[in-house]
Amino acid sequence: MSHPTAQEQILDFVRGRYPQAEIDAAQDIFALGFVNSLFAMELVMYVEKTFDVTIPNEELQIDNFRSATAMAGLVARLSPTVAAA
Amino acid sequence: MTLVAPAPVQVVDRRSARAFVDTHVVPYADEYDRIGRVPEDLLRHVATAGLWAPFLPLESGGAGMDLVTLGEVHEEVGRGCSSLRSLLTVHTMVAWTVQRWGTPEQHARWAPELAAGRTLGAFCLSEPGAGSDTSGISTTAVEGGGGWVINGVKKWTTGGQRADLFLVFARTAASIGAFLVPRNAPGVRVTPIEDMLGTRASMLAEISFDDVVLGPDALLGPSSGFTAGMVLTGTLDLGRYSVAAGSVGIIQACLEASASYAAYRQVGGRPLSELPLIQAKLSDMVTDARAARLLLAEAGRLKDAGDAGTIMATWIAKYFASTAAVRHAAEAVQIHGANGCSPDYPVARLYRDAKVMEIIEGSNEIQRITIAGQAEREMTR
Repeated sequence: MSHPTAQEQILDFVRGRYPQAEIDAAQDIFALGFVNSLFAMELVMYVEKTFDVTIPNEELQIDNFRSATAMAGLVARLSPTVAAA
Repeated sequence: MTLVAPAPVQVVDRRSARAFVDTHVVPYADEYDRIGRVPEDLLRHVATAGLWAPFLPLESGGAGMDLVTLGEVHEEVGRGCSSLRSLLTVHTMVAWTVQRWGTPEQHARWAPELAAGRTLGAFCLSEPGAGSDTSGISTTAVEGGGGWVINGVKKWTTGGQRADLFLVFARTAASIGAFLVPRNAPGVRVTPIEDMLGTRASMLAEISFDDVVLGPDALLGPSSGFTAGMVLTGTLDLGRYSVAAGSVGIIQACLEASASYAAYRQVGGRPLSELPLIQAKLSDMVTDARAARLLLAEAGRLKDAGDAGTIMATWIAKYFASTAAVRHAAEAVQIHGANGCSPDYPVARLYRDAKVMEIIEGSNEIQRITIAGQAEREMTR
């Protein structure tokens, strides 16, 4: 059985927080109006803990968190070993 | 009257915090409440004990204390004096925010000062027309000339009468920004707020900012709108955690005062403690103190693990602990009867202080909305 990818894990986290919405990996979750400051903080904490990375201040830009795909891309830049897995 | 005891030893855990509080705080807390301030000697003792920001790393002058232990320490301080704990809370919020979001230069400038207590911090969010509702913030920060200009008024600033450094949340062109504003910056005016219901020694103030000119390094955290709310969320989360800890301390203080009083106070030739209705009150205090402590520890454990679940866990801990503190402080006064309404026993102060815990760092009504939202998500998943 293969491990879920970073994108799949992030998408699962987002869906878990908003179970009534249909969200795919490319969807802009900010445009959907789901993200408040509390969830933004949770997103950052989730990504840092799950993928054992520290997101530097300069990477804390909205475009890096718009979608599961964008967040997975951020993880890949910060931790190439995760991206390769 | 002497208001403080001799110099303390380093606080490293609950046990040493308890010893510090029993020696340096408990005997004097009612007097602090009466005079409406925490004296400078005690503030220095807090520094000597390493209590101001022990969670900061060693290289910043902290002790690298984990947040579970920090919660235990704040509980012990809250058991002794909610006003002092409130000063620790806001200082903690400022120090943590510098640690989490500051640039290396901001760390170097402020962290050692905050760790040592040479610079005391305070948190400026609420305004005359807006509490924790950031959409109502009218204080502005205008970028220009290579820096920032702050204008506005902040209210209910805990420690504002004494703080050296204000963490000010202000509206920028794009969002809400967090700014480090030294008290001695031209245009900063501090007006004490006296005679509050509770935490009367927490040295509340209204802070006015009149064309306060700051350098570019005043802004804390990235300037993107995405992170602005995050800085505030993280800061409030830690403040809420400290208030939850202080609320557990209030419950414990109610229990200790009530159990002691009930053991020697006689009624009909028997101690109060033999009466079933008194026993019921005491047993509820014991149970809620333990339950609140466990909720706090769980929130702290999640913080130490970097788990996003800590934010909700902290909401729940603060909601439970603060409402239980109000309930048990009322019962503690009841057990003490007329004595409980007098300044001769600490429970009147505990009763007044407990009420404040239901309001600060997000009112309990807001907390219940947030907790209910989480429950709905979990149930529909």
